[in-house]
Amino acid sequence: MDHIDILITLAKIVAAFAFLILGAAMTVLLERRVSAFIQNRIGPNRVGPGGLIQPFADVAKLVMKEDIVPRSANRFIHDMAPMISIGVALSTFAIVPFGNGIDIFGRHVKLMIADVNIGMLYLLALTSVGVYGITLAGWSSNNKYSLLGGLRSSAQLISYELSMGLSLIGVLMIAGTLRLDEIVLRQTQYIGGILPKWNIFLQPLGFITFVIASFAETNRLPFDLPEAEPELVGGYHTEYSGMKFGLFFLAEYANMITSSAIITTLFLGGWDVPYIEGLGLAPLTLALVQVGGFLVKVALVVLFYIIVRWTIPRFRYDQLMNLGWKVMLPLAIANALGTGLVLLLIA
Amino acid sequence: MMLAAAAAFAVIMAKINEIVGPRRETDEKVTTYESGMEPVRTARERFSVKYYMVAVLFILFDIEIVFLYPWAVSFRQLGLHGFVVMFVFMFVLLVGFVYVWRKGALEWD
Repeated sequence: MDHIDILITLAKIVAAFAFLILGAAMTVLLERRVSAFIQNRIGPNRVGPGGLIQPFADVAKLVMKEDIVPRSANRFIHDMAPMISIGVALSTFAIVPFGNGIDIFGRHVKLMIADVNIGMLYLLALTSVGVYGITLAGWSSNNKYSLLGGLRSSAQLISYELSMGLSLIGVLMIAGTLRLDEIVLRQTQYIGGILPKWNIFLQPLGFITFVIASFAETNRLPFDLPEAEPELVGGYHTEYSGMKFGLFFLAEYANMITSSAIITTLFLGGWDVPYIEGLGLAPLTLALVQVGGFLVKVALVVLFYIIVRWTIPRFRYDQLMNLGWKVMLPLAIANALGTGLVLLLIA
Repeated sequence: MMLAAAAAFAVIMAKINEIVGPRRETDEKVTTYESGMEPVRTARERFSVKYYMVAVLFILFDIEIVFLYPWAVSFRQLGLHGFVVMFVFMFVLLVGFVYVWRKGALEWD
């Protein structure tokens, strides 16, 4: 690893950071505009063209606010919790391949930050760490609402992590690797020469369980019980103010983008744009089009997240746990075994 | 590196807030929020044992999933034998799962 490699890695990190932070800001704006549209309002449209600068104004406002730590809170953990949340949310993105490799300056550059051969395990490990951010936030505030919110969310997150991990088994069986870039490469072929060989067509059940589990993992409606406003005030971030609250908020949206990117990578073909080989593009153009295709897919999944949030009511807690343990888990196990059976029959 | 960058971003944002933001602590502001009332005791109290149950069950099944990953990756090489062996393993676990279900450990009220 020489200087140029380090520079390339740094450039990729900067690019991914810019994408995540700006993307999170844009997602906040998009969410507000879409929700306004769904509720027949206008939404923020004053700051900048169409409200484009609104999220940055919000961040500036949050930074200027006072950072209040309750006297009875555990100060150190209270400070740590939002940092864990945002750190996990940002670093999960490191393993997502956002394009095929490109050849530039005489070397082959893979368009992913960390080229680890156990990508999926890294993903699961980091989602597990993410639970700590919310649980510690709830506990350290020493507030009953926060505690309940933190407990609920830790129970919810670990329950749905099971179905999330299990629904990936089918994808792994088909791909035979834990590397995310190879999983994408496997999806660039066609079924019968027509249908793109995306995992959503090979693993419909796995896709559905994974998407539902992702909704629960990102605490989005219909699974946003950790912060159910009517019962728990603000849930785990009741006692947070200023940018520490902002970090939780940012983490939620960064998580949304990351999980959309992972859904795209695992099930929707990643950067694969079908039927593009026929156009005969130059390699660099092709790579750029593929990155564009990836971004479009991620944006569409994010839009799906937002529309679901504003159309489906919240679950009750027992319904949530029932769904997680009694429906999702057996379904995911059945999916794994079924995939194995089909693969054996084909072989 | 991404981990370091993410951590740095988090610390910087929080510190900027501490530097830029005003700091005017009053007694009311730093007491715990409890719908405008004086807080009754602390939050460090006993909570439902259900959460504990869920955590224990999670550990069991999470270890199972970690076992399944290498199996899934090398599924094609293992063939029928691998499938049957894993089926037995899953069956044993499913028996436990059914037991937990019947015992009512998954019921919330």
